[in-house]
Amino acid sequence: MVSLLPTPHPKERRIIFGNISKPGYSPDIETYLAHGGYESLKKALGMKPNEIIDMVKAANLRGRGGAGFPAGAKWSFIKYDDGKPHYIVVNADESEPGTFKDRYILHQDPHQLIEGLAIAAFATNVHLSYIYIRCEFPKAAKIVWEAIKEAKAKGFLGKNILGTGFDLDIYVHQGAGAYICGEETSLLESLEGKRPYPRIKPPYFPAVLGLYMKPTIVNNVETICHVKHILAMGPEEYAKMGTPGDGGTRTMCVSGDVQRPGFYEIPCGGVTLGELINDVCGGLKPGRTLKAVIPGGSSAKVLRAGETFKMKVKGPDGQMVEKEVPLLDLVMDASTLQAAGTMVGSGGVMIMDDTRDMVWALNNLNQFYAHESCGQCTPCREGSLWMSKVTTRIIDEGARPDDAKNLKNIADNIAGRTVCAFGEACSWPTQSFLAKFPDEFEKRVK
Amino acid sequence: MRAMTESLTRQADSLTPEFIAEADELVSHYPVSKRSASLPLLHLWQNHFGFIDDSAMEWIAARLDLTPVNIIELVTFYPWFRREQAGKTIIRVCRTLACALAGSYEVKDKFCQAVGLNPDCEHHGFGHAPPTTADGKFSVEFVECLASCGSAPVALINDDLVENIKTSEIPSLVESYK
Repeated sequence: MVSLLPTPHPKERRIIFGNISKPGYSPDIETYLAHGGYESLKKALGMKPNEIIDMVKAANLRGRGGAGFPAGAKWSFIKYDDGKPHYIVVNADESEPGTFKDRYILHQDPHQLIEGLAIAAFATNVHLSYIYIRCEFPKAAKIVWEAIKEAKAKGFLGKNILGTGFDLDIYVHQGAGAYICGEETSLLESLEGKRPYPRIKPPYFPAVLGLYMKPTIVNNVETICHVKHILAMGPEEYAKMGTPGDGGTRTMCVSGDVQRPGFYEIPCGGVTLGELINDVCGGLKPGRTLKAVIPGGSSAKVLRAGETFKMKVKGPDGQMVEKEVPLLDLVMDASTLQAAGTMVGSGGVMIMDDTRDMVWALNNLNQFYAHESCGQCTPCREGSLWMSKVTTRIIDEGARPDDAKNLKNIADNIAGRTVCAFGEACSWPTQSFLAKFPDEFEKRVK
Repeated sequence: MRAMTESLTRQADSLTPEFIAEADELVSHYPVSKRSASLPLLHLWQNHFGFIDDSAMEWIAARLDLTPVNIIELVTFYPWFRREQAGKTIIRVCRTLACALAGSYEVKDKFCQAVGLNPDCEHHGFGHAPPTTADGKFSVEFVECLASCGSAPVALINDDLVENIKTSEIPSLVESYK
């Protein structure tokens, strides 16, 4: 395992990776307990469930899986006393290209996840929970399962947890190589043993009709891990690390053409894109210049070097003023990237320098989406394949004069016309590469 | 049904009591619905036998009070499952963008050369095994993002993630799995 600097970069603040980076830290429970493990759970079990949810709300914790939904709000959709069974499913199907943080948490600090999960379960009256781990992490599945058994043996899971009368069983469930299972309703279908076709919302919001048609919370690994830290440091302290509405730290996964790719845990909004590339990641490779950035996993819309964005920012006197913000000055938080027409998503930042061919890069992503479309909705099943075929043909044979127009037309007819967000995820790369790099498509015309 | 699975040997005829006990343990993880144990049983089966034959799907379906089509539709959907034997060592090279930027296409070609496979032979899923050497020792295939983009290019060799692969190291890497 690589990717973590031995000492944190000054821009980093390690909460989730606080223990992992300590010398000699190992995933077993004794090590975890020696580092203050399960203290937050003990605290939680002495609280009222709604107090815990209020803390998560006050912490401004947003989901770290991609959609960025406020976690406290998601939990509060579950009616504690509605007499129905409730479930929490942890989404450990990390498969958004560019994202690679959960892998390290699962392998190196599984008890952090289990503790967060037990707290979340106590707050929402859940007694059965699953951790859905993609099967390409075979060792992680073993490590997490071992950790569950250890926690059970110590009384942190199972029946009558720490004598409080609270019961919780957690099981590991392995996926089978399908990206679509990262979509929460697809994940639930997969967990039910069915073909993982996403469910349509409404009515199938997981909080209403989730696993086995019962109220269910689906949260990302990193999101659940944050919960124990919110309890440990208090929501105000936690929220203060981030920006209003986007509290705590976020793990930025940086890959592609930088000197030091890897993941960096940074307070939300704590760096600009320029600082992330040039300072935290040591800059581009010698002699290269920046060409493109995909800021939040492969589905996020690409940004072009030299672009500027009109947006409202806080002036020196605290008033909001409209300003032209250059690409490298974009703050890496949810609201700024949204204002720039893209998203912070899952925190996967992919950097491409001037040696890269944008049609080639788009084709790589198009092939990914064509391979991963589940096939349920016609616009996506057919469209993702067409886009992939067109970009492959452009590379092999050169472009036809109307290829760019056709690609845009296909993409425009997928987004918004499918059951799940995969439709947008597969159209946004094509739409944004065409909009930001039209010259690269034009010069391919034969 | 594919030729290899029409063989007269039925995998389900050679189940051991240990295997059945392990299967039942997995089913017990799903107290609400046994159907949820479909993927776990398919994994158990493929890990044990190397692939999934007709008798497997019939046996799993019966164990979970389902019909075989409920299992077949999973085997034909998920890229991980196959209906044919693959190599003893399976090399899965990540194909997606960060790894491609770091040279994963050359990495895959180099793996193919090192084990003696034609780099042009493609794997199209739908239950087929990835391209496999004649001696049954190695399979090589491209897979989509393995979620290790910060240490690209990467490959999953059996259960081992190999990171920051240098093409010059591939022959010795392959040697270590012989």
